[in-house]
Amino acid sequence: MGETVIRAVDGVSLQVRAGEFVALLGSSGSGKSSVLNLIAGLDRPTSGNVVVGDRDLAKLTREELAKYRLRVVGMVFQSFNLIASMTLAENVELPLRFAEVDRGQRQNQAREALERVGLRARMDHRPSELSGGEQQRAALARALINRPQLLLADEPTGNLDSHTGTEIMEMVRQFNRELGMTVVMVTHERALAERYAQRMVFLADGKLIDDRPNTPTLDGGRF
Amino acid sequence: MKIPDLTELALRNLRESLLRNSLTTIGISVGVASLVAMLSLGIGLQQLASRRLVKSGLFDTVMVTSHRDMRAMGRERDEGRSVPNPGESRLLDEPARVEIEHLPNVVEAYPDIRFSTELRYEDTPHLTMVSALPESAKSNDAFEGMPGSFFSSDTAPEVILQRTFAEELLGKTPPRGGEEPNVADLAKPLLGKELTLRYAQRATSPTPPSPPRADAPSSSDSNLAGAAYSVVSREQKVKVVGIADLDPESMRGPTRARVFLPLKLAESLHVMQLTDLREISRAASDQPVYSSISVRVKNPARIQIVEDAIKKMGFGTFSILDATRSLRQFFAVLDLFLGIFGSLALAVASIGIVNTLVMAILERRREIGIMKAIGASDGDVKKLFFAEAGAMGILGGIVGVALGWSIGQVINLGTNVYLKRQSLPPEHFWAVPWWLVATAIGFAFIVSLVSGLYPAGRAARLDPVQALRYE
Repeated sequence: MGETVIRAVDGVSLQVRAGEFVALLGSSGSGKSSVLNLIAGLDRPTSGNVVVGDRDLAKLTREELAKYRLRVVGMVFQSFNLIASMTLAENVELPLRFAEVDRGQRQNQAREALERVGLRARMDHRPSELSGGEQQRAALARALINRPQLLLADEPTGNLDSHTGTEIMEMVRQFNRELGMTVVMVTHERALAERYAQRMVFLADGKLIDDRPNTPTLDGGRF
Repeated sequence: MKIPDLTELALRNLRESLLRNSLTTIGISVGVASLVAMLSLGIGLQQLASRRLVKSGLFDTVMVTSHRDMRAMGRERDEGRSVPNPGESRLLDEPARVEIEHLPNVVEAYPDIRFSTELRYEDTPHLTMVSALPESAKSNDAFEGMPGSFFSSDTAPEVILQRTFAEELLGKTPPRGGEEPNVADLAKPLLGKELTLRYAQRATSPTPPSPPRADAPSSSDSNLAGAAYSVVSREQKVKVVGIADLDPESMRGPTRARVFLPLKLAESLHVMQLTDLREISRAASDQPVYSSISVRVKNPARIQIVEDAIKKMGFGTFSILDATRSLRQFFAVLDLFLGIFGSLALAVASIGIVNTLVMAILERRREIGIMKAIGASDGDVKKLFFAEAGAMGILGGIVGVALGWSIGQVINLGTNVYLKRQSLPPEHFWAVPWWLVATAIGFAFIVSLVSGLYPAGRAARLDPVQALRYE
């Protein structure tokens, strides 16, 4: 708002390989969420490029961006962002409605995805009837349902206690490993990044200040 | 998104804010109900008017005259048709009548016999116009349910009197604006009474006068010898069988008379008519020539076809359809005005839809953001809001039609109670044809979609990043 131009992200150059698990770190207002929104195609850069695979997101139309979000990206948020009026199953299959998948197949896929996050028994419940951890697992199932190449997580454990947070992170890591999904996770908890990420990128005031590889301390579940 | 999905999501969203959406939908219902009520009143009144006309037997009748008469009325100019010259134009005689009767869509064709004559009742002469009625007139509104009965046969020496003539015979003519005597009261002293009909017969040969017939005993010798025929004064006794309560001023054609005879009887009387003088030079011996023929058509919609066919035969035609054009115009204008007033309520309701949907956008900002984040396109969001508007429109339309119909029934019932108290017959002046139902629901749907244009566009343009940040 107003006349002042705020540069949320300025001169950030970042390259992520397919299958990588990258953590974006920084204090609030550092621009890490803005970078995530750019990658997600929710925002467009005023200048510069965001290239995912062979698409330059800056050059896509609104319609093409919606398709990109639908097919390539899965997102999880700090506040889960499930639709309160829908059951878990309906929430999970919502992207498939936009993809115009038939009802039968939609229900099968939703059941499968909920199975994977261990919520099969809760599929007919509404989000408000579930714990935070369960809600975030449902959100993960929704992010997975279109088998995206890219999983974007914005403070996924921010609203959870450490136990359920670990549970969620284990799942994210599992998807990264088993499904080969590229994960970009925004967090301000350095410890979390150190435990799971293969690479840590530090941002401050919209600028990239550090980009270093990391050996996940929890790698292979040996810890 | 597919349409079933859209509908399902839209209905779910409508259920989420049940009270608000119900109120909006009721608003639409009231709008549709007022539209339906107004239009069905207009249509009902129109049907009532045309039902009257159809029952009067005028709507399905074509008057046929020989071309010369019609040209005198200046009709050919309007039609832009070439006129056969008078010498060649066809005579409206019996063969022509039979030919017309065999045209497709024609029920019957009968000559119009009308003559002015004297009727004696209790030795007092009364001068009046007499006209002949075919048997089919029995189902005519005016003769159905009248005191007495219709002619026992087409040749029976019987008459039906028009009400004012009955008043005249009884010397009961009411003062202007005074209370009219009941038809049944008039009928009582007259039914079964005998009247003497005095008329001028057209004899086929000048001399001698045709022998007196069994049912026409006396004949005076006041022969008016013409060039080809003579006129003989004759009498015929007839029995009063019915009193018809019809207004001679409002009627046309064969019913515009005060005394009615059976058609075959009237034909057999060979009463001299005005046209006889004109057709005299061309008349073929004793074949009757008619001044005009009434042709009844199966269906009023076919009148034009029949008229054209008859014109092709070389005769002039006239139908009441021409005369009712202005009536139909009046109802078209009435319907338009009623429709506009009815639509006003719907216009107000459409503002309600806009309001409800704009509120819904504010409330569901986050939800819209989520949908966009997980892959909904602008089009998907737009369609979803359209579907919600449309669903409210259709629901409101259905409820509104039912409501409008009920209002109509209640008003109809109330009016008929009132009519009954005024000892008038009940009327059905409320009509909800199926096309009105379909149009009303369709109209509500379209109005709702138009109302949804702005909210849907606004929802579609919502920035997902902003929407998700919004708590």
